[in-house]
Amino acid sequence: MEFLLASGIGALTAAGLYLILLRRTFPVVIGLCFLSYAVNVFLFVMGRLTIDRPPIVGVYAGGYADPLPQALVLTAIVITFGMTALIVVLSLRAFLETGDDGVSLDVRTDEKSPDILRDEVL
Amino acid sequence: MTNPWLIVPLVVPAMTAALLVLVMRRSLFSQRIVSVAATAIQLVVVIGFYIVAGDGEPRIYLLGNWPAPFGIVLVLDRLAATMLLLAGLLAFGVVLAAIDEWDKRGRHFHALFQFQLLGINGAFLTGDLFNLFVFFEVLLIASYGLMLHGGGAHRMKAGFHYIAINLIGSTVFLFAVGTIYSVTGTLNMADLAEKVPQVATGNQALLTAGALLLLTVFSIKSAMVPLHWWLPPAYGSTSPPAAALFAIMSKVGIYSIIRVYTLIFGAGAGPLADVATPWVLPAGILTLALGTIGVLASRRVLDLVCYSLIASMGTLLIAVGLGSAGLAAALYYAVQSTVASAGLFLLGGLLAPEKGSRAAFAWFPQYANVFAGFFFLLAIATIGMPPLAGFFGKLLILDAAREAFIAATVWPAILITSLLLILGFARTGMQIFWNRSPATETSTPRAVPIMPIFVIGAMIATVTALSVFAGPVMADMTATAEQLLSPHRYIAAVLRPIAAANHTGE
Repeated sequence: MEFLLASGIGALTAAGLYLILLRRTFPVVIGLCFLSYAVNVFLFVMGRLTIDRPPIVGVYAGGYADPLPQALVLTAIVITFGMTALIVVLSLRAFLETGDDGVSLDVRTDEKSPDILRDEVL
Repeated sequence: MTNPWLIVPLVVPAMTAALLVLVMRRSLFSQRIVSVAATAIQLVVVIGFYIVAGDGEPRIYLLGNWPAPFGIVLVLDRLAATMLLLAGLLAFGVVLAAIDEWDKRGRHFHALFQFQLLGINGAFLTGDLFNLFVFFEVLLIASYGLMLHGGGAHRMKAGFHYIAINLIGSTVFLFAVGTIYSVTGTLNMADLAEKVPQVATGNQALLTAGALLLLTVFSIKSAMVPLHWWLPPAYGSTSPPAAALFAIMSKVGIYSIIRVYTLIFGAGAGPLADVATPWVLPAGILTLALGTIGVLASRRVLDLVCYSLIASMGTLLIAVGLGSAGLAAALYYAVQSTVASAGLFLLGGLLAPEKGSRAAFAWFPQYANVFAGFFFLLAIATIGMPPLAGFFGKLLILDAAREAFIAATVWPAILITSLLLILGFARTGMQIFWNRSPATETSTPRAVPIMPIFVIGAMIATVTALSVFAGPVMADMTATAEQLLSPHRYIAAVLRPIAAANHTGE
């Protein structure tokens, strides 16, 4: 169980990092998703692995699972979900407005004008 | 003693933002009135906080009345009060500057602005590491909205970078929090300060990893080299009032570094004492050097402003990296550089057309003298020339770095970069004000909004006041630094509120 979870977290992180380093927006978004999955599992196991225990101190239960990581991971899931939704919409808008989905800023400077007040109009 | 007033800086912006989105969607006029009023209320409250916190006794508020290590706690000490006051003043200025022109460019500027204030105030007040993460996310998601406010293709591209780097930062933050929790079993900062010195020898390496991961996150926020590269495109392509507010967002990173590495991993942390200091000082020197090179290389006004912000963050990181000696100087420099950077961002927005947007201010001659004077004064403040406050800040930092082996690197770094900053600013100023190009003459004249000019003037007046009253201000900052360096009262106030209250005879 420990080995399975640890290697799962490692695989998700590695996949996420690889995808983030690509030069298109869509893989970057997917990579960010993988990273947030990895961190969610990581947060979940940081309170140690316990099986068949309620996250509350009860009279009849033999013990309890640490409730705090469960609360933290719920918060983290909600936040990363919102952020992911935002970046998906943003990358879609950027693609529709510029016509390409590269992540580079592509600033074309006009070398002929030394005037720093006038800006490059893309 | 639990103190319900502490929740006010969080409730007011949250309620205001909801009201603006749900009720006043149609009317910009009423949005402006409510937004300015809410910001004014927050300013009054944080001024009160500053006065109250001056007695050196930390105030706490237990959310839901759960006792400290179990529930979330808000803590007001001198540092939090100082940062809140700075944020309140800056926000009031920025919201006034925005209501003339910039908030018309897109929808929901004021709601996003209030949400951003909620995140900033919360980050300064919280006494819990995970809650700090949550408030970071609140201020970040509002800043994404503000950054993209007004749209434009280039802004979208820059925004994607900004959001991606901050999402990676959030992930690292969670990894750090997880690592620290798995070792210590707590996330309350005061509780951590008591638990960290007692960590078993086998777990010290894990905890160090967690502490330095946290430093990585905070250095993304505070644009520490090598994590500074996202700042110029992001801040340089957003709208000026948003960028001016982002000047305090970088200071949230600095605040977190100061808080975590004085309270939790400070001098009393046993084997983990001062775990971050060896990294912060060299990184600060590099940040200052790179920011200065960026200022020299800038071809646009807003790039210049962004790189000067990075340079001032470098100076600030040097002061923080000096440890206990530089703390008071760091706080003084942080306050003045925030105001100066914000003023520069607003001025840069007036001088230069925004990237990719057609609705640029036409810059025209009759305001040249006003703008030139503003630019000159703000440049003096940013560079750290006498007589403005930046000079005192740098002087105090140099004074704090008098130990021989540190001085050999810090002194040349600060002095040489100051000279190069003078060159960079002087060159840019000459190109703007003495080089009349045909492009500016033929542009259609538009009325320059009067509000931003007024606000920039007020910011310059603030920096001037900081240098005139440098003595009393510095006395306050020294008291704040002393409070940070002896965290036992903070810890007692959070974990043992009854005993602490009895001790002071309340």
